[in-house]
Amino acid sequence: MTNRTVLVLLDPAGEVRSSILELLTIGRALGRVEAVTLESPSVEALAQLGAHGVETVHQAELPADLRGDARHLSGVVAATLAAAVRRTDADVVLAPSTFAAKEAVALAGQALGAGVVIDAAGVSEDEQGRIVGTKRVFAGSWDTTSVVTTDVALLTVRANTVVPKPADAAVATEVEGFAVSVDAPLPTVTQRVPVVRDAARPTLEEAATVIAGGRGTGGDFGPVEDLADALGAAVGASRDAVFEGWFDRYVGQTGVTVAPRLYIGAGISGAPHHRGGMQASQVIVAVNSDPEAPIFEICDFAVVGDLADVLPQAAEVIRAHKAAR
Amino acid sequence: MRIVVLVKYVPDINADRRFEDCRVVRSPGEGTLNELDENALEAALRIVDSLDDDARAAAEVVALTLAPEQGDLALRKAYQMGVDRGVRVTDDALAGSDYAGTAAALAAAVRRLEADGPVDLVVTGMAALDGLGSVVPALVATELGRPALTFAKKVALADGVLEVVRETDEATETLTAPLPAVLSVADTANTPRMPNFKLIMAARTKTIEAWSLADVGLDAGLVGDAGARTATTHAAPRPAKPEVELVQDKGEGGKALAEFLLRHDLV
Ligand SMILES: Cc1cc2nc3c(=O)[nH]c(=O)nc-3n(C[C@H](O)[C@H](O)[C@H](O)COP(=O)(O)OP(=O)(O)OC[C@H]3O[C@@H](n4cnc5c(N)ncnc54)[C@H](O)[C@@H]3O)c2cc1C
Ligand SMILES: Cc1cc2nc3c(=O)[nH]c(=O)nc-3n(C[C@H](O)[C@H](O)[C@H](O)COP(=O)(O)OP(=O)(O)OC[C@H]3O[C@@H](n4cnc5c(N)ncnc54)[C@H](O)[C@@H]3O)c2cc1C
Repeated sequence: MTNRTVLVLLDPAGEVRSSILELLTIGRALGRVEAVTLESPSVEALAQLGAHGVETVHQAELPADLRGDARHLSGVVAATLAAAVRRTDADVVLAPSTFAAKEAVALAGQALGAGVVIDAAGVSEDEQGRIVGTKRVFAGSWDTTSVVTTDVALLTVRANTVVPKPADAAVATEVEGFAVSVDAPLPTVTQRVPVVRDAARPTLEEAATVIAGGRGTGGDFGPVEDLADALGAAVGASRDAVFEGWFDRYVGQTGVTVAPRLYIGAGISGAPHHRGGMQASQVIVAVNSDPEAPIFEICDFAVVGDLADVLPQAAEVIRAHKAAR
Repeated sequence: MRIVVLVKYVPDINADRRFEDCRVVRSPGEGTLNELDENALEAALRIVDSLDDDARAAAEVVALTLAPEQGDLALRKAYQMGVDRGVRVTDDALAGSDYAGTAAALAAAVRRLEADGPVDLVVTGMAALDGLGSVVPALVATELGRPALTFAKKVALADGVLEVVRETDEATETLTAPLPAVLSVADTANTPRMPNFKLIMAARTKTIEAWSLADVGLDAGLVGDAGARTATTHAAPRPAKPEVELVQDKGEGGKALAEFLLRHDLV
């Protein structure tokens, strides 16, 4: 443990999602953790931050015209991060690996003249105390290590990198406002409709277990959702299934990139575009009626069969097991 | 209307992608135009298609890449789709560029293009399928001092104002900005056109301009290994997975699946 200051981006600030708890856990191993927000954190969020050792939340005070929907634009978040680093003399910035946060972190790095690692699957320090990000690249088939050579290091970190742990002792969390000015030219946000999350299921980005359904579902996601409920898993799809209108979010290199403990692909062939977004998962399971399906090449376990038979049976056994526990 | 489309030359995702000495192997024959940049080219060409006859005749679409010589393959593909001009920035000093260096060099090349007339729009793909950073478009926009409208799934241009609809992890947004601007399009924005035969033939002999860092007026210290703020110090293939445990469903496949999960503590 060193005397580094680690800033964690919390945007939106209504709740502290598990990916943020992971960042706080990683951050505490590197130094003292503080949070940066663009709006006031909820009472629940403050309590969680306190439990995770965050004494200070730096809340941006934005110019009036940027306080509405525009505050989430990456140019605004970037200016906030850069100002927070200068104000706190922070050494490390951590953010989740969402498209919005990636842009904000890269732009903050540009403003600070600092090195940026996107999509880290692990963060540590080397013998010289420099920040190091490990990555899983080329559809999870290669591991790389990148050293940040500047004084400040900014990283976006994938979900399911560490198991989140609260701090040894909870602390009281204070919110400190700080003025942020934004001089980058910004687009105008004429409409913003927040995504409504399914409270009953974890989000695709953060879930430890993901089940994805493909064209093999023939449009019936019932068996996929049934097994997801039994496992407490998030549900995703292949891009083709989304294009068919059967589901709303897909896994893949242009969709959501996931790297959960367990990925189950049902009725998914395993095209390279899809593999690019899930191949780094720890355990890969597939159910496919075609014994030659390419997804079997990257699986740990697979059932050759009709998903409409296999998934409900698996769900039943798991439910029975959980009930007996 | 002048539009610059950024196109990256990347290792084919179906080829054996690998590193050597911590560098991505970009050998000729295994590289291709980044697939997602076809959507960028399509978006640019559609904007030009939508102009009236006079404006269309005066319009220019330039494909720009930052790559070694084999990057010409990406530009030839762009010519096949119908761009007017192909430019490649190549310089030994660019090797090892990180996000910042890449964006600085691309922006410098756009500024160089502005020496012969304003550039109204820079269009990019949502990601390069090798680095998958998805940050170059926003960085280029800042370098150029222009607004960035990124990850567009719908694009409309009317009276010099660009409007996009996009879906982020948090929200569905509509963004607008007057030109000049930088636009990145998602793969859902359009279906790229098939190259037509005439253009395929013509693309073979089209001129590709090659520029050095000096040509675009950029200090070599800002790019490549010299300017990099991150360094890849280690790259190794992940260990091969053990042979897949394949079960044929004869009525007990679901049970076998559940038992595998329980056995590995995944429930
Ligand atoms: C630029 C670009 C980007 C792309 N990005 C993505 C991306 O991010 N994510 C993505 O997923 N795709 C992406 N794609 C699409 C991708 O290339 C594939 O087309 C897609 O993943 C195939 O989806 P699928 O596996 O559901 O369908 P298919 O390939 O049609 O496979 C269906 C599978 O279901 C099996 N099956 C059929 N019936 C049953 C049954 N009853 N029980 C069990 N199995 C059954 C079949 O044997 C088959 O293997 C992209 C494509 C392009 C061009
Ligand atoms: C596996 C891998 C991991 C990397 N990780 C990091 C890292 O963590 N930090 C870091 O600073 N650098 C990193 N780099 C370097 C970085 O990828 C390069 O600087 C790269 O060329 C630009 O980023 P990108 O490929 O992620 O592009 P993206 O930002 O994903 O590209 C988006 C769009 O920008 C345009 N574009 C991007 N590059 C070019 C180009 N050369 N020519 C023309 N148009 C282009 C294309 O239209 C593309 O669709 C990594 C590279 C690789 C291959």
